[in-house]
Amino acid sequence: MKERKDRVAQMHLPAGYQMEHDPDDLWGDARVIVNIGPTHPAMHGALRMVAKLNGETIEKSYCEFGFTHRAKEKLGENRTFHNFIVYTDRLNYCSALINNVTYVRAVEKLMGVEVPDRCIWIRMICCELARITDHLICVGINAVDLGAFSFFLYGFHQREEAYTLIEKLCGARLTTSYPRVGGLMADAPEGFEKELKAWVLKTREVIDEMDELLTNNKIWLKRTVGISVFDKEKCLQYSYTGPNARAAGIDIDLRRDQPCMFYKDVEFDVPISQNGDVYDRYMIRIAEMRQSLNILSQCADRIKKGSIWTEDKRVRIPDKDIVHNTMEGMIYHFKFFMTGFDVPEGEAYTQFEAANGELGFYIVSKGSPRAHRMRIRGPSVWHYQGLTPMVEGEKIADMVAGLGSINVIAGELDR
Amino acid sequence: MGKDGSLGYLTTRLDDFVNWGRKNALWPLPFGTSCCGIEMMASLCSDYDMSRFGAEVVRFSPRQSDLLIVAGIINLKMAPVLKVVYDQMRDPKFVMSFGACASSGGIFNVYSVLQGIDTLIPVDVYVPGCPPAPEGLIHALMRLQDLVAKGETHSQKKLAAFKQKDA
Amino acid sequence: MDVRQPIATNGGDWLTKFGELWKKQLTQINESFGSSVQEVRMPPEYPTDVPIIYVQKESIIDVLKFLKEQPGFEYGFLADITATDEEIDPRFEVVYNLFSHQHKCRIRLKVRVSEGEEVPTATSIWLGANWAEREVFDMYGVKFKGHPDLRRILMDSRWVGHPLRKDYPLRGYQLFTDSEPVDPTLLE
Repeated sequence: MKERKDRVAQMHLPAGYQMEHDPDDLWGDARVIVNIGPTHPAMHGALRMVAKLNGETIEKSYCEFGFTHRAKEKLGENRTFHNFIVYTDRLNYCSALINNVTYVRAVEKLMGVEVPDRCIWIRMICCELARITDHLICVGINAVDLGAFSFFLYGFHQREEAYTLIEKLCGARLTTSYPRVGGLMADAPEGFEKELKAWVLKTREVIDEMDELLTNNKIWLKRTVGISVFDKEKCLQYSYTGPNARAAGIDIDLRRDQPCMFYKDVEFDVPISQNGDVYDRYMIRIAEMRQSLNILSQCADRIKKGSIWTEDKRVRIPDKDIVHNTMEGMIYHFKFFMTGFDVPEGEAYTQFEAANGELGFYIVSKGSPRAHRMRIRGPSVWHYQGLTPMVEGEKIADMVAGLGSINVIAGELDR
Repeated sequence: MGKDGSLGYLTTRLDDFVNWGRKNALWPLPFGTSCCGIEMMASLCSDYDMSRFGAEVVRFSPRQSDLLIVAGIINLKMAPVLKVVYDQMRDPKFVMSFGACASSGGIFNVYSVLQGIDTLIPVDVYVPGCPPAPEGLIHALMRLQDLVAKGETHSQKKLAAFKQKDA
Repeated sequence: MDVRQPIATNGGDWLTKFGELWKKQLTQINESFGSSVQEVRMPPEYPTDVPIIYVQKESIIDVLKFLKEQPGFEYGFLADITATDEEIDPRFEVVYNLFSHQHKCRIRLKVRVSEGEEVPTATSIWLGANWAEREVFDMYGVKFKGHPDLRRILMDSRWVGHPLRKDYPLRGYQLFTDSEPVDPTLLE
């Protein structure tokens, strides 16, 4: 922001003219209250922001949400642990596989179930595929909001290719419900690693192309550099995690710091940036996609044939062979799905570095097939909370850039 | 023109012509709230390309659009908003209920979710799926085009009844 | 079936890694807040993944501040605030999940609170606690003393009852004919 006298000097006023009002305050005492959302092209999903404007500058604002509240936490207390897997898809629907995997890991942690290696590798592949699709949507939509439509089309095409891979794994595109407690719905098909590697190569090219298209674009730089800054101190105050926190210089990545699955055994870097503006968040996401591609190719190299199911009889879904051909098998199958399996008493908070940040499942079990408390800690809630202080004193058009860059997903926000 | 000077034949043909124009230039208002909104975006993108059906001009203003695609959950907090948006659209207007949540509440039969938008506004085409694939949206769009050409959508039927009463 | 199986480490060998650290921290907390710590539940004796410290509600803010700032603790990251409905007296437990960026470990604090009682707000320590506490109020009806803006957050402001309480029916719909208006007092 320029000093007042500089701004007055720029106005080419006649000599001797004394300006009475504050040049920053264009409208005197008049203020406009603008209601943005819940249905507005700039508000991703159903979010609402009410802003008091001085000219185009946001003076004060408040955010509202809950327009897609679907009571998933209440459902978690009313559905069996197995039933709840489908509801986790609808949390962050841009990266449903990460939610699935984190949820089943949370239940496995409570039960003390260990899964075989191949299952873990496939789950890691799922997580990284989902992370890339999520980031592609985030940077794509952010660019669309600022006027770069073709960039979005590049990303979306590659995302469709990723969905083809996911369809090969589980038959669904967006809402996958692929992992099961103690295993996976189905094994990866023959030759999956090869296709994955081809996709990785192609995606690397696409990301380079996207990078070239936008990163040094003058308009893009003007719209993003120094916009919606959220510095390190504020990030800690508002519990920012994931790419948004790393863009502000917080060196935290739960894949590295609290390693789970085989993240200890693969090599990847954690990109960090310092400025915490829209541009840095975009750059972090682009860099992270490259790291995810690295992880994917390592996974494709190291994945081996083997079982995808745990040997633990409590959670293992009986083989279809037994179910279809023996009476006992069918009764067991019926019991398994109708009453569910008991999860021993206890409580655990399971976290994972989801595409947006720390995704946590805090499950309290009282020894029944239904949870006593199913708390979902979605990163979007905490990110969206920071939007009000983030955009204060900025132009209303920059709010759109800020909101797009923190990637608020309504499903995860409202749960 | 008829012998008695009426325009009967011409006006019915004119209606057909107007409906033909309407069906090939549907301007959707994407009321995307959740997961289905992402699939709707996918069908607008290059891989599925809704513009082949003349329906790529997405307008977020209800006054500029004639096809309301309700994609995703409508909960009780959102329901009044949907009603206002629908009322703001000009006749003839068409409604597509995209996905299980919008059509019936889907797997979310809970305290906060509206059990189907047809309890609130008339729906012309339902698309099943949670979420439906982009092919589902394209199929539904083609079915809607058939309905529009025949003049059998809720809004057109209402208009026709109104005209008949007038005449 | 054994219902008291220990919690699996799930990849990270937490107990061996943080067991000593937690023990050290817990003795220090006991020294500083001896009378306000009601109960401590440690893994692996109790089936939980991280230690749970039950604190009296009057001193929760002091404990949180201590955990955030004291060297050797540095739980500077508020992962989550939530609550549970236990259906006994005291009815609710407010749960604070904390994470330490320095030590990469977690800890959990709990406050027991009866219906109608108030918990001091944590917004003075973390600004981000604002919405989490609003959500606890919205879903359970637990009030926070000194909270700057305690309104409903997920549900409509005209909603009656608190949906996540165990006695609220799963299908307790409440319909409204018009949407929530803009509240200009929030923009003062």
